[in-house]
Amino acid sequence: MSTVAADDHHDHVESPYSIKRWLFTTNHKDIGTLYLWFSLIMFFIGGFMALIIRTELFEPGMQFVDPQFFNSMTTMHAIIMVFGVVMPAFTGLANWLIPMMVGATDMALPRMNNWSFWILPFAFTMMLSTLFMDGGGPAGGWTLYPPLTLQTGDALPFVILSIHFMGLSSIMGAINVIATVLNMRAPGMTLMKMPLFVWTWLITAYLLIAVMPVLAGGVTMLLTDKFFGTSFFNAAGGGDPVLFQHIFWFFGHPEVYILILPSFGVISSIVPTFARKPLFGYASMVYATGSIAFLSFIVWAHHMFTVGMPLAGQLFFMFATMLIAVPTGVKVFNWIATMWRGAMTFETPMLFALGFIVMFSIGGFSGLMLALAPVDFQYHDTYFVVAHFHYVLVPGSIFAIVASVYYWLPKWCGNMYSEGLGKLHFWLSTIFVNITFFPMHFVGLAGMPRRIPDYALQFSDFNALATIGAFGFGFSQLIFLYVVIKAIRGGEKATSQVWENAEGLEWTLSSPPPYHSFTTPPVIK
Amino acid sequence: MRAYKWLLGICAIAGSANAEQPMNMPVGVTDISQGVFSMHMLALWLVTAIGVLVFVAMFYSIMVHRKSRGVTPATFHESTTVEAVWTIIPFVILVVLAVPATKTLIEMEDSSGYDLTVKITGYQWLWHYEYIDEGVDFYSVLSTPRSQINNLEQKTENYLLEVDKELVLPVGKKVRFLITSNDVIHAWWVPELAVKKDAVPGFINEAWTKINEPGIYRGQCAELCGRDHGFMPVVVRAVPQAEFDNWMAQQTVEETGAELAAVQQ
Repeated sequence: MSTVAADDHHDHVESPYSIKRWLFTTNHKDIGTLYLWFSLIMFFIGGFMALIIRTELFEPGMQFVDPQFFNSMTTMHAIIMVFGVVMPAFTGLANWLIPMMVGATDMALPRMNNWSFWILPFAFTMMLSTLFMDGGGPAGGWTLYPPLTLQTGDALPFVILSIHFMGLSSIMGAINVIATVLNMRAPGMTLMKMPLFVWTWLITAYLLIAVMPVLAGGVTMLLTDKFFGTSFFNAAGGGDPVLFQHIFWFFGHPEVYILILPSFGVISSIVPTFARKPLFGYASMVYATGSIAFLSFIVWAHHMFTVGMPLAGQLFFMFATMLIAVPTGVKVFNWIATMWRGAMTFETPMLFALGFIVMFSIGGFSGLMLALAPVDFQYHDTYFVVAHFHYVLVPGSIFAIVASVYYWLPKWCGNMYSEGLGKLHFWLSTIFVNITFFPMHFVGLAGMPRRIPDYALQFSDFNALATIGAFGFGFSQLIFLYVVIKAIRGGEKATSQVWENAEGLEWTLSSPPPYHSFTTPPVIK
Repeated sequence: MRAYKWLLGICAIAGSANAEQPMNMPVGVTDISQGVFSMHMLALWLVTAIGVLVFVAMFYSIMVHRKSRGVTPATFHESTTVEAVWTIIPFVILVVLAVPATKTLIEMEDSSGYDLTVKITGYQWLWHYEYIDEGVDFYSVLSTPRSQINNLEQKTENYLLEVDKELVLPVGKKVRFLITSNDVIHAWWVPELAVKKDAVPGFINEAWTKINEPGIYRGQCAELCGRDHGFMPVVVRAVPQAEFDNWMAQQTVEETGAELAAVQQ
């Protein structure tokens, strides 16, 4: 213990090729890097599963996989993309950026930081190993609804344990963000002077702490129903299967905002830089984020309008859900007002940010349609919903993550990335993401249920199109991998400021920044 | 309608948008389904209009306010008036949407004054129908042959949307459905009736329909229910009252005959 502590306070970086450096690191940049690489690896694994799904759905008829395996692919794809890709990527960005943005040396709780990352590889190894167990992987959907999920074979307890691990990791990450933001800001940086990325993450962290324990409780009740004879979700024993859905979506809807709020922060950083104009409506951005977070707690049952709720309940959840459109609209309008009469240039991060604004809005529009309870009876559990949430998650969250990597990569590694390849990556991703997900609106409206391995003949053309788009999108991401590796290995040196109009403390540090970001607190104007 | 389809068609590859590949919600054959459809179209047009306004402003800015045109950036960064306006206007639009939505929802939830009750029970992976007052019941199972699913045989028109025994309902009568399940959660859904309700084991959900036109209406289970979730269709045959009465009489005779045979053995 004491020897470790003695070694710690020097500005001494071990070789990047030493395993010990990465295993025992308590440095926010190293941990951020680990999170981001982990997320990228999981992105390719989850993407591979998506391609298995799309391959089977290319034509009507069963061609390649068994329906049960198909179901476990949709389940795993979702769990991996939500818990293994988007959440760790944002935690990675938080680790890299928050200490630099608030003028701190490191995160407030570095050892817990190490632990919260290193739980994840074990959790996901365990999750993936269930595919090889008796009865196959979990196949009841990522929402884990009982009684179906209780029909899972040997995999169930392992899945539940790995969800507990993921929850632990997220909660520790969130505590760390809150502790850092509230205690480690440089003198003079008041809350209302913080960059929006820090604000959105602070609010996200509170959401995480509020809802991850609820999910943990829900899955534990599944576990005891299956193995210890309880009947929380079993009507024959006095329970109610729908209770689980309420618990799940009480977690699940704030979770949706956990996946998107940090993106709002990212876009609010990138757009002003490339528009060469300050962010429009900073204060209203902060209040809008707060309002969205609050509303996210009172809308959960819009995921379950068909479950048989009383009229008053349906009306309440419909109205509350529709209200979310107001603060979300404020955000989009503010971004456009930021661009208005600016002097824009269109480097790769800006392109991804603009793509985000357009396509996230499309997802928002279908979201508003889904909020209308009587119409939702037709949309619910169809491909229209699949189109909706992929629009907010892929060209939404994923585009925001990719935009931030392009934006801050020169700062992180000190080298510029290849602008030409970055732009190619953007255009291919944008074209293919729309070919993949836009047709899903049509088949969904026409009546194709989600989570089916085979479908009626009238859905075949659009499904074939979506499959072509999915392969195009998947393979385009290899360009991203190549661009990132190439920039890390060398290239044109980046200046401290990197971008002409970039503002914020992180741009006052050298590129790459020193191992311990700010050893003396910066002066805030 | 035609213009709308054409618009959407641009987004798809040319040739996809033909009659056999529908790309919008069916209007349906009940008053409710027609109300739901107009609600859907209202919302769709409204968000399309908002989208056009917002994106035109955005793309105008992208085209005009760019550094390559030598512009000097402005420095404004807030305006309470503008921000208030774009908080209030969306709110008003929401109210415009909420009013008809509330009305339709209230109608959908009012199952009083029904003429006929059918109890629907979901099983892994088939449906069971019971005409409660008539004492007639039967199972309804996918009738598409395995050989079509496994691509050994040409797929026929109603591939995966056909059953051995359809649910027969009279037109013009209010039919109440009592929906439940025997194992996991299913959802009974017929798009042309705009009825979708979860079948939850141990609980009974209520829904209703009043079909205006005779015809065959096809739907599917809409809640993931395991391996063969994609293979448990719903088929409703709506017929005039007289034909329904004949059909019901025949069912009763068949059931009594089967019971007699069972007793005699």
